[in-house]
Amino acid sequence: MGEIIEFTVNGLKRRIEVEPNELLINVIRGKLGLTGTKYGCGIGECGSCTVLIDGEPALSCLTLAIEVDGREIVTIEGIAENELNHIQEAFLDQGAVQCGFCTPGMIIMAKYLLNKKRNPTEKEIKEHIKGNLCRCTGYINIIKAIKEAAEKMQNSNVKAISKEL
Amino acid sequence: MYINRVNTKILPVEFKYFAPKTVSEAASILNRYGEEVRILAGGTDLLVKVKQRLIEPKYILNVKGIEELRFIEDRSGEIGVGAATKLSELVGSEIIKEKLPVLHEAAEAVGSVQIRNMGTIGGNLCNASPASDLAPPLLVLNTSVKAYSSSGERVIPLEKFFLGPGETVLKPDELLVEIKIPCPPEGTGMSFLKVARTSMDLAKANVAVAIKLDGNTVKLCRIAMGSVAPTPIRLFQTEKILLGSEFTDGKIERAVQTASEEIKPITDIRSTAEYRREVSKVLVRRALKKAYERVKEGEING
Ligand SMILES: Cc1cc2nc3c(=O)[nH]c(=O)nc-3n(C[C@H](O)[C@H](O)[C@H](O)COP(=O)(O)OP(=O)(O)OC[C@H]3O[C@@H](n4cnc5c(N)ncnc54)[C@H](O)[C@@H]3O)c2cc1C
Ligand code: FES
Ligand code: FES
Repeated sequence: MGEIIEFTVNGLKRRIEVEPNELLINVIRGKLGLTGTKYGCGIGECGSCTVLIDGEPALSCLTLAIEVDGREIVTIEGIAENELNHIQEAFLDQGAVQCGFCTPGMIIMAKYLLNKKRNPTEKEIKEHIKGNLCRCTGYINIIKAIKEAAEKMQNSNVKAISKEL
Repeated sequence: MYINRVNTKILPVEFKYFAPKTVSEAASILNRYGEEVRILAGGTDLLVKVKQRLIEPKYILNVKGIEELRFIEDRSGEIGVGAATKLSELVGSEIIKEKLPVLHEAAEAVGSVQIRNMGTIGGNLCNASPASDLAPPLLVLNTSVKAYSSSGERVIPLEKFFLGPGETVLKPDELLVEIKIPCPPEGTGMSFLKVARTSMDLAKANVAVAIKLDGNTVKLCRIAMGSVAPTPIRLFQTEKILLGSEFTDGKIERAVQTASEEIKPITDIRSTAEYRREVSKVLVRRALKKAYERVKEGEING
């Protein structure tokens, strides 16, 4: 017996029927076809399923879909504006993407961090991607990319991104 | 029962879902369905277990939407924390940072940013993992917790709260509503240390210490450890060695030895019992010294 929930995904209002035991990742990938969000471990260890719920990072593999009724979700598909966002560009510049499986989760965490803090320290960057495993082990370049994104943001005086969310 | 063996993005258990807005509504649901309900807060422990079918609830009661369970309140001499307060809210709280720095440190040591943004203080305690990072600091702070049910409320000292792995004294119709933490006396030095495989992981062993001195005589000494017994524990024997005597290296070594004898570690996936005994010595020694340094810093700063 399903229930109808209403929520916003990447700025679009959605109305969808979900089962109480359905996890958010199933709705995002299966029902909305937003397959940018990845499903790795399924038990909170890898961070590849990270999305923003009301601006805060959460694991969609450990969130019931029914819980997001009335809330706002941003997935990796909502990060790019018309073109790639500066974080995505920095990941390309720095070769921070190998197989790419961890990338959506990493970029969501980078976006969250840079929303809060325009000029994070290396320690803060590491702390924020601690819950995101890269099995290609490209951590060094990922950290460099997040630093570059922070610098670009400052140089181009990007308006507080938090407003977009 | 419906079992989904193909798509693990759907939990393998069917249940009815409640998301009450008030504590009294939650209590009446618990009263009606008793043992068949499971309380869901952040879900970072519960949903992992449901996924593995270690728990198969018929009803799930989500308490995250109950605003009255989310607060951090500075009362005179006591900090009250609502059970559904997120770990990230503990970490970000100026009150906790200033008045209960040891709890701040421990909350910061839990999992990742995502886990802390989902997980709650109540879930951490009610999950009753021997490896909980919040339990040792809360034990040395002489915390008690408040439980609520349709038949009334009761306050339980945290020391009496844990019964064994995954087991607490809460009855099926009881909801944990508040964590009551007395502020330690002025001049107390505290520390928290954890060893884990990676900084994301649960502890192989963890320790919290609170000490207060008069001159160099130990006036207050509380030590608690996790992951070294079926529940998080206070090390009363070890505390006795130090209490009332001079804080010297010799005494510390006797305390460290007693600690390694007082704990009851087991071998599991995270460590062997032997390793836990050895590393506990190191942890207790370092935590005592760190707490002592903080007492001294406090004396200098003011
Ligand atoms: C990848 C990962 C890393 C982790 N790392 C750590 C770590 O380093 N240190 C650590 O201590 N923990 C860690 N954990 C465990 C977990 O995240 C924490 O224990 C967290 O605080 C649990 O809170 P929750 O709100 O998610 O609990 P839930 O999963 O929602 O609930 C846990 C249990 O408590 C019960 N419960 C919850 N709230 C109440 C209430 N108000 N009244 C009565 N019962 C209640 C639930 O029914 C359930 O049995 C980790 C978990 C994961 C998945
Ligand atoms: S799939 Fe969610 S944390 Fe790994
Ligand atoms: S790029 Fe392959 S997992 Fe990170």
